[in-house]
Amino acid sequence: MLAKRVIPCLDVRDGQVVKGVKFRNHEVIGDIIPLARHYAESGADELVFYDITASSDGRTVDKSWVERVAKEINIPFTVAGGIRSVAQAQELLSKGADKLSINSPALLDPSLIDTLVAEFGQQCIVIGIDSFFNEETGTYEVHQFTGDEKKSRKSAWQTKDWLQEVIKRGAGEIVLNCMNQDGVRKGYDIEQLAALRDYCSIPIIASGGAGEIQHFVDVFNDAKVDGALAASVFHKNVFSIADVKSAMHNNGIAVRPIEP
Amino acid sequence: MKVVIVDTECANLTSVRFAIERLGYSCTVTDDADAIRATDRVILPGVGTAAAAMRNLQRKQLVDVLKSLEQPVLGICLGMQLMTSHSEEGDVECLGLIPSLTKRLEVGELPLPHMGWNTSVPTNNNPLLKSAEQYCYFVHSYAVAVDEYTIAEAEYGQRFASMIRHNNYFGAQFHPERSGKVGESILREFLEAKLC
Repeated sequence: MLAKRVIPCLDVRDGQVVKGVKFRNHEVIGDIIPLARHYAESGADELVFYDITASSDGRTVDKSWVERVAKEINIPFTVAGGIRSVAQAQELLSKGADKLSINSPALLDPSLIDTLVAEFGQQCIVIGIDSFFNEETGTYEVHQFTGDEKKSRKSAWQTKDWLQEVIKRGAGEIVLNCMNQDGVRKGYDIEQLAALRDYCSIPIIASGGAGEIQHFVDVFNDAKVDGALAASVFHKNVFSIADVKSAMHNNGIAVRPIEP
Repeated sequence: MKVVIVDTECANLTSVRFAIERLGYSCTVTDDADAIRATDRVILPGVGTAAAAMRNLQRKQLVDVLKSLEQPVLGICLGMQLMTSHSEEGDVECLGLIPSLTKRLEVGELPLPHMGWNTSVPTNNNPLLKSAEQYCYFVHSYAVAVDEYTIAEAEYGQRFASMIRHNNYFGAQFHPERSGKVGESILREFLEAKLC
């Protein structure tokens, strides 16, 4: 039976793993390689690395760490951040990344999705969506350049429409980051994720809001997502991946056992 | 022990190479026919589409080379599907190394691609995956139908062959290079066991 995935997310800035609250006020967590190794050995089903500076700075930073990660770990990993061209994608894949996650550049030029899928295959093109619930209008809005608070702004897309657009263009997986929940550890946005699940014919990964073990159980049971991303709870040892998987298993959710 | 990874110009060559190196073996990524013929083990990796990969193999004049090999050959993911006779993906004739058929997964309401860790259950004559069911990492939308060449099965909406074998040709639909210790064990058996 296909297991539900538990996915630590490592935000990378200048070769180190950092974490902010609501996308802001980043603090250093540690070095990339030891953290990647630690999570791979402690039961992570895959890893996501977000280079949070690249997209909003309009530059591509040093990606040599991608090759070091690929050498080190035996589980899949995704690289995100500032991938705007076939050449950049080719470089990251040739360094050993399994999947690439595209966010702001796809909003600037949606045809980038078609191009990358045609070149490298659907299986390695993930679309990251930063979705913000606007209380005044009661709508979910797609935001872009969220890695930099000075440039972060809303796009013209509503989340449901953008989701369908990227699926039509061949995306292989969605990471839906619910911005209102990010970093505040109050639980995933079950309501939004469950609503979007009905429109999503490809795998969808929940992101933003994990604070307690029960939040993982809830998002898998109530929103039917394929995976759940979390950062600070793992980085700060609030609980372990083993704790999460044990609770999932006890609640009848299929998990990959942690290898001895 | 000489190991060659056939340069299919697909995206996952590097992760396969690193996985072999983690086991303590060196390997060469090449499309040179003589090097492929002369090696002890051949790995045929692949991601992307069957039609594009077959075009690459034909352009590199590797089709007959791959058909003539006698040493153990392991196709991974799309590489396994290329070993079959035919793929529905683009309605393309494949290498025909294993007389199986690659078809689109019929999964009903389940999301596609089939992406993530799923259990693979080996048959009792599987020399690479010997323990009971094991979680392996899959990413695919097409799959090889279960038949007499199946040596492991998985299920996602339907049953499909997660591993196949015919003589010296082996295929794995999942990615052993990204399947944790289970995958390492499969690769080690492929490199070290006497298989043919």
